[in-house]
Amino acid sequence: MNKGKRLKASINKALKIWLMQHAQAFVFSLGQLYKNPLGTALTTAVIGISLALPAGFYLLLENAQKLADNWEDSADISLFLQHSYTEEQAASLAKHVRNMDGVLGVAMISRADALAEYRLLSGFDEALDLLTENPLPNVLMVKPETDLSAADSQALLVRLRQLPQVNTAQLDQQWAQRLFLIMEVAQRTVLLLSVILGFAVLLIVGNTIRLAIYHRRQEIEIHKLFGATNAFIQRPFLYYGLLHGIIGSLIACLLLQSAVMVLHAPVSRLSALYSSDFELAALGLSGVLGLMLAGALLGVSGAFFSVQRHIKTIDPV
Amino acid sequence: MIRFADVNMSYNNGQEALHKINLYIERGAMVYVTGRSGAGKTTLLRLIALVERQAHGQIIVNGQNLSRITGNRISLYRRSIGFTFQDHRLLNDRTIFDNVALPLIVAGYSYQETRKRTHAALDKVGLLARKNAMPLALSGGEQQRVGIARAVVHQPVLLLADEPTGNLDPALSWDTMKLFEQFNQVGVTVLIASHDLDMIKKLKKKIITLRQGRLLTHIGETVKR
Repeated sequence: MNKGKRLKASINKALKIWLMQHAQAFVFSLGQLYKNPLGTALTTAVIGISLALPAGFYLLLENAQKLADNWEDSADISLFLQHSYTEEQAASLAKHVRNMDGVLGVAMISRADALAEYRLLSGFDEALDLLTENPLPNVLMVKPETDLSAADSQALLVRLRQLPQVNTAQLDQQWAQRLFLIMEVAQRTVLLLSVILGFAVLLIVGNTIRLAIYHRRQEIEIHKLFGATNAFIQRPFLYYGLLHGIIGSLIACLLLQSAVMVLHAPVSRLSALYSSDFELAALGLSGVLGLMLAGALLGVSGAFFSVQRHIKTIDPV
Repeated sequence: MIRFADVNMSYNNGQEALHKINLYIERGAMVYVTGRSGAGKTTLLRLIALVERQAHGQIIVNGQNLSRITGNRISLYRRSIGFTFQDHRLLNDRTIFDNVALPLIVAGYSYQETRKRTHAALDKVGLLARKNAMPLALSGGEQQRVGIARAVVHQPVLLLADEPTGNLDPALSWDTMKLFEQFNQVGVTVLIASHDLDMIKKLKKKIITLRQGRLLTHIGETVKR
């Protein structure tokens, strides 16, 4: 019983010392950053930019994804009819198509409606007045049944294309699919870029720590001679790396947030032109936390590798 | 306290630094190691501090066989030793207090305990009033005393001093040696490497003389000339 108590007390004491030494190392590293403001600013800025680049591309992708989501569920087939066909003929064709297999419904956009809409949205009002006749064809928007497989919808497309009245039949989903594939390529690219720039951050932090170790050689020797363990000597350097990573990721967040702020108004104007309520999304809380976590991890690991490599070479002399 | 048995030591360049050293220093003794530069004085201290390893033979310090001390146990072993150096080796970007407190902080003493002991050590060398000064603001003699305070603040059982008076004038050297004597009187084993033979002889302590890596005087024998 007594023995157990004593063991518990000694574990408590060891934990206390451990925590205290961590606090000391942390405060010491903060002091080191503060003592060398220019170096800290430069290094953390480089880290910030290296983190901001992949994060920025990621943000761009997220926004593009949001935009694409609006299109992806539309599997509509647009039938652009021959120019010579009148609205009445188009209406009767619509009836015919509605009865075809796999078709859920058909909506007609008459050439007059299309022109009116285009006039409203495009801003080419005056230019359109110059035209003697309406250049737009009648369009049938065919909505296929929702449970149609890709092959069946392809077959439907072929059948619709064969109708003599149809000039062009276009499956809207094809665009969505193409976009989706392009996005996949972009995603891979961003991932690759993140890996490369993450590695760059590792190297930057590693080199910073290497220099710090070199400058504090004498101090390390004295500490070792007076009985400092390797863990004790490594600790401030690890915190130094961690702080660099965190400050760097904060700078990256700041850069991204300002970029979004600068782009927000023009993007809103642009999307209004397309009668969309699309808004440029910023990083968000989880994004900021993720970026900081990435920065912190890269900072600590860079410091860790550097410390492992360089501290062993210093022995008390 | 310290026992060397047939200790050989050569550096990487093949030069033999110590040859077949046998010696015994008892607990609580104060011993001078003397000899010309390159005679092996510093090597002897470095072996005891586990900065170097002997090629052959056995070294026992404070009941521990040094060949068996490896890894993190080296750190723990060194906490029982205090060091002073000819060039003081203070950390110039830290206050006197922080310099002297270093061995305690390394060992994980609480702040209160660190403060108390550091103040006591600084008081002992007469520099408590300068505790917030930076090392470079102090004279050479004062810096040496800060170094000594740092060497004893953690109450080591063994004090190793490498040329402690090398850069000091005779009067200051004498004071420094007297300071070491005071620590010796409270039970610390003191080993001082010095080439200042004239002064050493006046101090009437045991002397170990080295010449070209060999022991010239026998264990505990005093040089008479």
